[in-house]
Amino acid sequence: MSTIRVQEAAFDTGAEIARLTEGRPDIGGIGCFVGVVRASKADPIAALTLEHYPAMTEPALARIAAEATSRWHLLGCTLIHRVGRLLPGEPIVLVLAAAAHREPALEATAFLIDWLKTKAPFWKKETLAGGAETWVDARDSDDAAAARWG
Amino acid sequence: MSDAHVTVLYFAWLRERVGSGEERIELPAGVRTVGTLIEHLIARNPAHAAAFENRQAVRCAVNQDFAGPDAAIGPGDEVAFFPPVTGG
Repeated sequence: MSTIRVQEAAFDTGAEIARLTEGRPDIGGIGCFVGVVRASKADPIAALTLEHYPAMTEPALARIAAEATSRWHLLGCTLIHRVGRLLPGEPIVLVLAAAAHREPALEATAFLIDWLKTKAPFWKKETLAGGAETWVDARDSDDAAAARWG
Repeated sequence: MSDAHVTVLYFAWLRERVGSGEERIELPAGVRTVGTLIEHLIARNPAHAAAFENRQAVRCAVNQDFAGPDAAIGPGDEVAFFPPVTGG
């Protein structure tokens, strides 16, 4: 019922939605979040490199998916997270949550990305336009977003 | 031959400061928790001392589950140290 993947390759959001809904006429709505590498004048990112803890990542994502499925009675969910070197504009993460109605689908999608950001073992390193590299610090606002779900 | 070893993994800037992503550590008598393992690592190597300088910035997992400094560890366990996660 849950699709969990960690991969270097890009993902196809349309194909993943089709896979989630195939043969499931009981699904009434799908919430979708796509995280993308962002760059701006204030944040001149040339690339992001994502590292993870392979033995822990998929079990951690599966636990997060199981928690959402149980809280919102999801009919399916998909978590795909990319690792390796990604450029601005490239997608990093896909969250899909399928339910009978829009409210649980949308709420579960927000929950899934909030928990993923604080409970799945990924780390981002930024490469700036000048070539300097720094590990991204965790943000208190992400902890607060995850905490609101209890 | 003693088999009282743990596998210790490091990720992100902890891996860079330690200079290695994985090592096998023999558990001395008295090292039975995450916190006492950190003290042991700090005492044996200056690179580890630098990596664990700000203890508040280090998170841990024992056998792939998040764990605090009081978590028990024993022979054969996998103990991972890393900064707060930043995925998504």
